[in-house]
Amino acid sequence: MSFINYSSREINCKIVYYGPGLGGKTTNLQFIYDKMSPDTKGKLISLATETERTLFFDFLPLALGDIRGFKTRFQLYTVPGQVFYDASRKLILRGVDGVVFVADSQIERMDANIESIENLKINLKENGYDFEKIPFVIQYNKRDLPNAADLQEMRNTLNPKSSPDFEGVATKGIAVFETLKAIAKIVLVEMKKSAAVR
Amino acid sequence: MAGPSLIMYEEEFNQINKVLEKLTKEANAKIVFLVDKNGQLIAAYGETKNIDTTSLASLTAGNIAATGGLAKLIGEKEFSILFHEGEKDNIHISIIGQRVILVVIFDHRSSLGLVRLRVKKTGDELNAIFARLIKKVEKEPQAGSPFSEITDEDIENLFKD
Repeated sequence: MSFINYSSREINCKIVYYGPGLGGKTTNLQFIYDKMSPDTKGKLISLATETERTLFFDFLPLALGDIRGFKTRFQLYTVPGQVFYDASRKLILRGVDGVVFVADSQIERMDANIESIENLKINLKENGYDFEKIPFVIQYNKRDLPNAADLQEMRNTLNPKSSPDFEGVATKGIAVFETLKAIAKIVLVEMKKSAAVR
Repeated sequence: MAGPSLIMYEEEFNQINKVLEKLTKEANAKIVFLVDKNGQLIAAYGETKNIDTTSLASLTAGNIAATGGLAKLIGEKEFSILFHEGEKDNIHISIIGQRVILVVIFDHRSSLGLVRLRVKKTGDELNAIFARLIKKVEKEPQAGSPFSEITDEDIENLFKD
């Protein structure tokens, strides 16, 4: 759910990075934070355990620029990927405008990917969203690892509706910004469409 | 699709700012701010210069969301008031009209009792403003929405390196 403020001329949108534990969601945000210039980013907040596993969420506010005199701001969140944090994941999806699914390409994590995407569908539904309609992109992360699964196989399993997808290596920043741009664009186009309908 | 956007017009924004200003003075608070339940900062008043209000807004909403989850687990609808006591500063958080979150940061110059009293009064005023705002948005949906006019090119331009 976006927030349009006519007084301060701002548009705020919420993007959530979803996916299995240790898949690279936080690494995506960390890379974006490291590369953005200080005047366009806010603080990166990580609510993590002592072993740097996400406990509740990571949060990074970004300012992308102006559209027709409105400042566009994106708030990026990650969810905790570990299975038992489901209650927290559900809360973070509240008010989401677009979802990035960060899949772990390692062949032994395929079950975890499938479980996470099924969990995403359920949690979206419980928040009143339809997975089929929400702006959505996939990043197949860790493509540089020798045990990476076949790309086409991952597509068939995780991306049946052929959403925009990217082969990434988040630790090196590969496809991190492409992924962010893609989801931001879809969210804005979607907002444009819904404004036209009304 | 994603529920209706929260839309804020200048008139209501000014009214909200006035209400927050009044609360800051009457409650002897340091900072008062208003956050949407999804973590978007709506307005802030007081000594906000050295404070990262965006992060505060996001964490407040996360806090309220987590406490709301706790409430449901024990069969409560919600916990409408949260209070965090620090060595110097304290934070009083309350849910207004089930939609927005009012946060008051105060120190020894005020007291929990005073803050609670003033927040209660402010809640009614904010509720009235938001009720008017929602009616207005329903009546003139997307009047002059920046989105009804933007082109694909505008969106592309945003991503030019």
